[in-house]
Amino acid sequence: MNLAPFIDGSYGVTVLFLAGIGLLTWTRYRRAVKRLRAVEKTR
Amino acid sequence: MTEHVLAGVPAGRASWLHHYANPGRFLRLAQPVLPWAAAFSIALTVTGLVWGFFFAPADWEQGIASRIMYVHVPAAWVAMAGYAALAVCSFFSIVWRHPLADLAAEEIGPVGAGFTAVCLVSGSLWGKPMWGAYWVWDARLTSVLVLFFLYLGHIALIRAFDNPAHGHRAAAILALVGAVNLPIIVFSVQWWNTLHQGNTISFSGNSKIYITMLYPLLIASVGFYLCFLTLVAARMSAAIMERRTRNLLLAAAERGA
Repeated sequence: MNLAPFIDGSYGVTVLFLAGIGLLTWTRYRRAVKRLRAVEKTR
Repeated sequence: MTEHVLAGVPAGRASWLHHYANPGRFLRLAQPVLPWAAAFSIALTVTGLVWGFFFAPADWEQGIASRIMYVHVPAAWVAMAGYAALAVCSFFSIVWRHPLADLAAEEIGPVGAGFTAVCLVSGSLWGKPMWGAYWVWDARLTSVLVLFFLYLGHIALIRAFDNPAHGHRAAAILALVGAVNLPIIVFSVQWWNTLHQGNTISFSGNSKIYITMLYPLLIASVGFYLCFLTLVAARMSAAIMERRTRNLLLAAAERGA
C-alpha cells in the first residue's frame, strides 16, 4: 500500500489548519488594534 | 465589589485572582509577549513537523505511516489540554465571576475544536492503512469525537443568548459537565479492549518509544501547546480591544445624543 497520500494528507490538513487559524487570528488582532487606535484618536 | 465577588476566598488568594481578572492588565501583559510567543511557537512547530516528516525513522511495524504520529499525538494532547483549560475557566466563571474567564472560554472553544478536528482527521488517515478503515467505533475514537461535539456545543451555546452573561453561564455548565469525558479519553485504552493502541509515552519512565522518535514528538508537542496559548492569548487581546472600541463608540454616541 502506498502510504505517502495518508502522510501527506495528515501533514497537509495540519499545516492548513495552523496557517489558516494563525492568519485569521493575526488579521483580527491587527484590525482590533487599528480600530481602537482610530477611535481613541477621535476622542 | 471585590468583597462581594470573591466572598469565601482567602484574602491573599482573592487579591491575586482579582489582580489578574482585570482585562486591561491582561492586555498590557500579553501585548509585548505575543510576538515572542508567536515566533517561538512557529519555530518549534516547524522544527518538529519537518523533523517528523523528513528525518524521523520509520517504525519497525507501521513503517513510514508512524510519521503521522508527529501531528496526530500533539493535536490530541492540545485538544484535551484545551478542554481542561475550558473547564478551569468555566469553574472560575461560575464560582468567582472572573471577567477574563468568560472571555478565555469564548476564545478557547474554536481553537480547541480545530485541534480536535486535526486529531480526528489525522487519526482517520492513520487508521486506513493500519486497520483497513478510516473509522471504527472504538472507545478512544468515539470519546474524542464526543470531545469535538462538546467543543461545538460550547461554541454554539456561548453565542446563543441575547444576553451574553446567560450564554457564558450556560456554556460554563456544559464545559464542566463535559469534563467527565477527559478521563474517559485518557483511560479508554485501559478500560476497554480498543483497536487504538495503548499509551506509548508515560511520564513514570516506562515509555515505549525510541529516543529518535521521542525528540521530534516532544518538540512538535511543545510547539503545538505554544501555538494554542498564543492563538488564545491573541484572540483574547483582540476581543478586549473590540469590546473597548465598542464601549468608546457607544459613549461617543451617547454624548452626541
